[in-house]
Amino acid sequence: MSELTLVQAVNRGLAEAMRADPDVLVLGEDVGVNGGVFRATDGLLKEFGADRVLDTPLSETGIVGSAIGMALYGLKPVAEIQFLDFIYPAFDQIVSELAKMRYRSGGQYPCHVVVRAPYGGGIKGGLYHSQSTEAYFCHTAGLKVVVPSTPADAKGLLLSAIADEDPVIFLEPKRIYRSVTGEVPEGATRVPFGQARSVRSGTDVSLFAYGAMIPVVTEAATALEAEGISAEVLDLRTLVPLDEEAVLRSVGRTGRAVVVHEAARFCGFGAELSALLAEKAFYSLKAPIARVTGYDTPFPYALENVYLPSVERVVAAARETVRAS
Amino acid sequence: MATSQARSSPGPDGAEGLSGERLVGAYRTMVLARTLDERCLALQRQGRIGFYAPHAGQEATLVGSALALEPDDWVFPAYRELAVALVRGVPLQAIIDQLFGNADDLCRGRQMPNHFAFRDQRFVSASSPIGTQITQAVGAGIAAKLRKAPIATITYFGDGATSSNDFHAGLNFAGVYRAPTVFLCQNNEWAISLPREQQTKSATLAMKAEAYGFPGVVVDGNDLRAVHAAVRRARARAVAGEGPTLIEAQVYRLGPHSTSDDPRRYRPDAQVDAARQRDPVHRLRAELGTAGLLDDAADAKIAEEARAALTAAIAHAEAAAPVEPLSLFDDVFARRTPRLDAERAEAAQHLAEAKRP
Repeated sequence: MSELTLVQAVNRGLAEAMRADPDVLVLGEDVGVNGGVFRATDGLLKEFGADRVLDTPLSETGIVGSAIGMALYGLKPVAEIQFLDFIYPAFDQIVSELAKMRYRSGGQYPCHVVVRAPYGGGIKGGLYHSQSTEAYFCHTAGLKVVVPSTPADAKGLLLSAIADEDPVIFLEPKRIYRSVTGEVPEGATRVPFGQARSVRSGTDVSLFAYGAMIPVVTEAATALEAEGISAEVLDLRTLVPLDEEAVLRSVGRTGRAVVVHEAARFCGFGAELSALLAEKAFYSLKAPIARVTGYDTPFPYALENVYLPSVERVVAAARETVRAS
Repeated sequence: MATSQARSSPGPDGAEGLSGERLVGAYRTMVLARTLDERCLALQRQGRIGFYAPHAGQEATLVGSALALEPDDWVFPAYRELAVALVRGVPLQAIIDQLFGNADDLCRGRQMPNHFAFRDQRFVSASSPIGTQITQAVGAGIAAKLRKAPIATITYFGDGATSSNDFHAGLNFAGVYRAPTVFLCQNNEWAISLPREQQTKSATLAMKAEAYGFPGVVVDGNDLRAVHAAVRRARARAVAGEGPTLIEAQVYRLGPHSTSDDPRRYRPDAQVDAARQRDPVHRLRAELGTAGLLDDAADAKIAEEARAALTAAIAHAEAAAPVEPLSLFDDVFARRTPRLDAERAEAAQHLAEAKRP
């Protein structure tokens, strides 16, 4: 065990995967000499050389398109997109190609690429260094979508992503890259996909979140406790595949649900979670499902603290669900 | 590094050039491909297949380039390259089964006709978005180079694709990493309704390579041996570590863009008639006759064999079982997720109820 920040855990995961398997390589903008703009790939060029750490020209479609070709050839590329906000030039490659390669070839061409991207707000990044657009990828059949919230999960889920057989969109909560530290197991300790993590248990209301919203929601649960409301916090960890059983079990116990994410509300991941609860947990619900999310505006610069879900907004929403019944 | 004009005269690799029986074999494949084209256009009109994208006019480029490759090379096609698959040894039946989307289709009926994938022949899965295969071919080339495999990757695309994001990204990456990749642009003059002159103001498409730091060559795409020689040279460069080459094969799309297209809306018949005078199949036929390699009787036999092979393959494809309905849920992921299992059960129940009298 060692105490690491989340970004250090990502770095550790990459290094261990590359040591264990010579087919693993990383590519992206500024990932080599510079070690990545967030230092997620720091030291990799020195240890593994330029054949396995490729500083690429500035083209996201070039990065993901060539990663697909490498994967088809038999390598295990981990592509870094510098910010999730810059992924759209590669959207065609991800949605039209990567996600569909296995399916459209009748299983002849599996295509395992991991695409890592820092996502989310709270760093004064404005419109183009802040967005949380995980829903686009969750909506596309054939992609797995992973969002860690702790250093241990960042490494463990990344090792699972690199060992997986399917394409993985790996979204890193950059707001808590360095503000969250935690114990991270040494060695190849993988965290499996499709298993939500219980952050704390409670009896009155379930708070569902992932990534950078976990610290916010956890703090809200503590505040609610002071008011006599017992809140359960579930970290979804992987949005695809989703641990539906854990979500339904939790609401089966509490009868109330608050869904929290940074992304805009309309057609956000919370809409899917709300639909799931309405379809499969309707008779357990004691109150309407609440969503605390980013607003349906572009991501603002000066007003990001108004836009982003806060502890107060989560507390207010949870309180409301308890008052409702 | 000026753009150069490839010639059909034997170059330094003349010993590997096409002659004699190989040339007759190439002609046989071109005749089969042309006959397939004609039959499939008819099959689509009769409602027996849903769609077809013809390649008539491009056979010399397709067959000549494919003959210049080695079995271990990788092909990243667009959707007009079934003749390349034939040269690489893909059985005619496998091609026809894909066009019908039946249970024998290696792609399990997942894609429209012409969007093939043949893993055994390193013929990678094709898609409809334009140009996306270009960066992928470069990535596979970089991977082969990292593994020190003495192979090349080749990618096919049309004149329209030279405007796509992936063309520029792909050529740029290939130049930077000196990828062992051959870019084969089939300039057939028309991107659906847009003529080549409106696609780009570059004097040639090949000259675009110069900006990315490697050679581009223009070749008469109706000249089988010229295409073969150009690809052979580009492949040799690639394998020797000298980097990529862009080849612009100048051809003409004699047919419609696809069975959904009516080219009379945008191009004059006279232009098509003029292009027919340069028909690559007729051209090779004449050359073989002059060289004493093929007479009328042998030619008639080749045509008859092509017709018979297609008739048999089409009959077999139409008699094959349809795709199994619940295979819908396979190959989304390596293993079905619980959610897909649930949806599969839901579909199974619905299908069972629909079958009840």
